[in-house]
Amino acid sequence: MQPILEIRNLCMDFGGLRAIDTLDLHIGQGEIVALIGPNGAGKTTVFNCLTGIYKPSGGEMLARSPKTGEARRLNGLKPNQVTENGLARTFQNIRLFGSMTVLENIMIGRHCRTSAGISGAIVRNRATREEEKRIVQDSYDVLKKIGLARYVNEYAKNLPYGAQRRLEIARAMATDPFLLLLDEPAAGMNPQETDELNELIIGIREEAGITIFLIEHDMKLVMSLSDRIYVVDYGKKIAEGRPEEIKRNPAVIKAYLGEEVDA
Amino acid sequence: MTLGEIKKSLLAAAWFMFLTFPIMVIKVNTIQKTVEWHWERLLYVAVGGFVFSFLWRYFLRRKQGGRRPAAPVETDEPEAVPAFQRLIHDRRFAMPALVVLGLFVLVFPYLFSMYQVNIMTTALIYVVTGLGLNVVVGVAGLLHLGYAAFYAVGAYTYALLNLHFGVSFWLALPIGAALGSVFAVILGFPVLRLRGDYLAIVTLGFGEIIRLVLENWNDFSYGPSGIANIPRPKFFWFDFSLEQSAVFIYFLMLAMVLLTVFVTNRLKDSRIGRAWIALREDEVACQAMGIDIARTKLSAFVMGSAWAGMAGVVFAAKTTFINPASFTLWESIVILCIVVLGGMGSILGVILGALVLILLPEYLRAFSEYRMLIFGVVLVVMMVFRPGGILSEVRRTYLFKEGLSKDGSLS
Ligand SMILES: Nc1ncnc2c1ncn2[C@@H]1O[C@H](COP(=O)(O)OP(=O)(O)O)[C@@H](O)[C@H]1O
Ligand SMILES: [Mg+2]
Repeated sequence: MQPILEIRNLCMDFGGLRAIDTLDLHIGQGEIVALIGPNGAGKTTVFNCLTGIYKPSGGEMLARSPKTGEARRLNGLKPNQVTENGLARTFQNIRLFGSMTVLENIMIGRHCRTSAGISGAIVRNRATREEEKRIVQDSYDVLKKIGLARYVNEYAKNLPYGAQRRLEIARAMATDPFLLLLDEPAAGMNPQETDELNELIIGIREEAGITIFLIEHDMKLVMSLSDRIYVVDYGKKIAEGRPEEIKRNPAVIKAYLGEEVDA
Repeated sequence: MTLGEIKKSLLAAAWFMFLTFPIMVIKVNTIQKTVEWHWERLLYVAVGGFVFSFLWRYFLRRKQGGRRPAAPVETDEPEAVPAFQRLIHDRRFAMPALVVLGLFVLVFPYLFSMYQVNIMTTALIYVVTGLGLNVVVGVAGLLHLGYAAFYAVGAYTYALLNLHFGVSFWLALPIGAALGSVFAVILGFPVLRLRGDYLAIVTLGFGEIIRLVLENWNDFSYGPSGIANIPRPKFFWFDFSLEQSAVFIYFLMLAMVLLTVFVTNRLKDSRIGRAWIALREDEVACQAMGIDIARTKLSAFVMGSAWAGMAGVVFAAKTTFINPASFTLWESIVILCIVVLGGMGSILGVILGALVLILLPEYLRAFSEYRMLIFGVVLVVMMVFRPGGILSEVRRTYLFKEGLSKDGSLS
C-alpha cells in the first residue's frame, strides 16, 4: 500500500542554522510512528513545515488521503488548507482557546467542515440552525470519546493540565483528520495520566482508524506505542526502525548519551 | 502594617510631592510679576499621597486574596463571578429589570429636557460604535486605532451625497454602512496580515490619513470648514420641529441600538463568531484548526466598520454640521476606551461602558476643571482592579440530555 504521508529531502534553514537536513520519512495508513531526538533536534520544526506554519527551504511533502487515494502536495499550503486536507496537530506548548469553553474549543475544530456565514448567523435560517445543532452534537460526541464530557462547559484555561493536553487532541480530532500529529502529548503528565494517554492513542487508532505521527520524549510511551520510530539529531535522521532495533542502535544511544533509552 | 509598607508609602508620598511640585507649590502671579510659594500645599500632597498609597495597596491585596489559585473543576459550584454579573444572568432579576428599563427609555424624551435627550442620543451613537468596534477589538482581538475614520466615511457619505444629489437620510444609511465596509476591505487586505502593535500603528495611520484628506481636499470635502445644513431625517413627509426631530433621532438611535445588539448577539454564538474569538485567543492554533484567518479577520473588520458607517450617517444628520475635527484620533480612543472599560467581548458591558464614558463627562461639567482628571482616575482604577472591564464576557453553556457520563470514551 502507498504511504499516506511522504517526506522527501526536507530541509529547513533558519538563517545559518539548518534545523532539518535532507529528511526522508514515510508513514503508512494505520501506523503509529514516533519521531524522537534530543531537544532542539528539529522535531517540532518538521511538524511546522508539514502544517504550513513554516515554509521549508527544500524538499517535498505529500499527503495521500486513505479515503480517496488522492495525493496532495503539502508544500505552499496555508495551515488551514493543510487541516482541510486531513492533517491535524497538537502543540508542544498547549495552545487552547482559554476563554472559550471546552465544547467551544471542539466546535472550532468543526469549523472547516461546516459553512454557515455571517448572514446565516443573523437570520438563523433553517440550514444554519441545523448545521449548528450538528456542530454541537458532533463536538459533544468527540468530547465523550476523548473522555472530557464532564468538563463540557468549563473554560479551557481552568482545566487540569492533563485534561488540557487531552482537549488539544480532541480539538484536532474534531477536524476529521486521517493523520494526527501529536507534539509531545505526554509532556508534563504524571505516570497515571501518561498511561491513560497511551490507551487513548491506541483507541484513536483502533476505533477511529486514524494514523498517528507522534513526537515524544517519554521513552516508555514511545517504545510501547510505536510501530516504527525515526530518530533525528541536529536535523539529520540518524536511525529508523522498530522499537527493539532503535533501542539497540549505537548511534541512537550516542545521541542520547546520558539519557535513558530503554523502556 | 509593617515597616516596609510605611517605607513604600513614604516613597510614594515623596514621589507625589516631586511630581506635583510645579503645579501645586509654585504659583506665578503674572500681574505683579512675582512668584508665590504655597509650601503648605506640599504637606497636603504628602499626606494625601501617603494615605492614597496605603489604600491602593490594601485594595490590591484584597483583590489578589479574593482570587482563587486554580479553579477546582470537579465541583458543581459556578465560577466566582462578581455579584453584579450573577444578578444580570439571573432571569428573575433580569426580566423585570429589562421591562422597567424598556419603559424608562420609552418615556425618557418626554420626561427630560431636550438637552438631556440630545446627550442621550449622543451616548446611544457611541453605544452603536462601541458595539461595532467591540466586534473588531473585543471579539476578534484586532487592535484598531483608526475606527473614527470609518465613522467619518459614514458622516461624509450622507453629507456629500445629500449636498450633490439630494440623497435622503434613509437611503444614505445603508450606503454609509456599505461604504464603511468597502473602506474596511480596502484597508483590510494589505493590513490584516500584521499583528498586534503593528496593526494598531497602521490603523492609526489610516485614520489620520482619512482625516488629513478630509481637511485638505477642499474641492471634495470643503476642508476644515466642513459641511453645514445637513438635513435632519424625515419620517415619510412629516416635517419635524427642532424638538420633535431630536426626539425622533433619539428613537431612531434606540432602534439602531436594538438592531446592533440583536445582530452582535446572534453572531456571538455562531460559527463565525466563535472563529473570531478563537482568532483573538490564539492566532496560530486558530489557523491550525482549519480557519482561514485572512478571511475571518476581514469579516470582523468589515462587520465592525459597517456599524461605524451607519452611526456616522446618524451623527451627520443629528448635528447637521460636520468637519474633520469630529473624527480625530481622540474619537477613536474614546470608542476604544468604551470597549476596554465596558468589557472586551461583552455586549452589555460595552453598552454600560458607553453610557458611563459619555454621560459621566457630561454630568461632570459642573467640575469642569477636574473633569478630565476624574475621567482619567476612573479609567486607571478600573484597569487595575477590574482589568476585564465592567462586565466580562460570559460564554454560552450547553446542556445535554444524557447527562455527563463518561460512557463511550476511548479509554
Ligand atoms: N522560528 C525559528 N526561528 C529560528 N530558529 C528556530 C525557529 N524554530 C526553531 N528554530 C531552531 O530550530 C532548531 C530545532 O527546533 P525544534 O524543532 O523546536 O526542536 P525540537 O526537536 O526540540 O522540537 C532549534 O535549534 C531551534 O532553535
Ligand atoms: Mg519540540
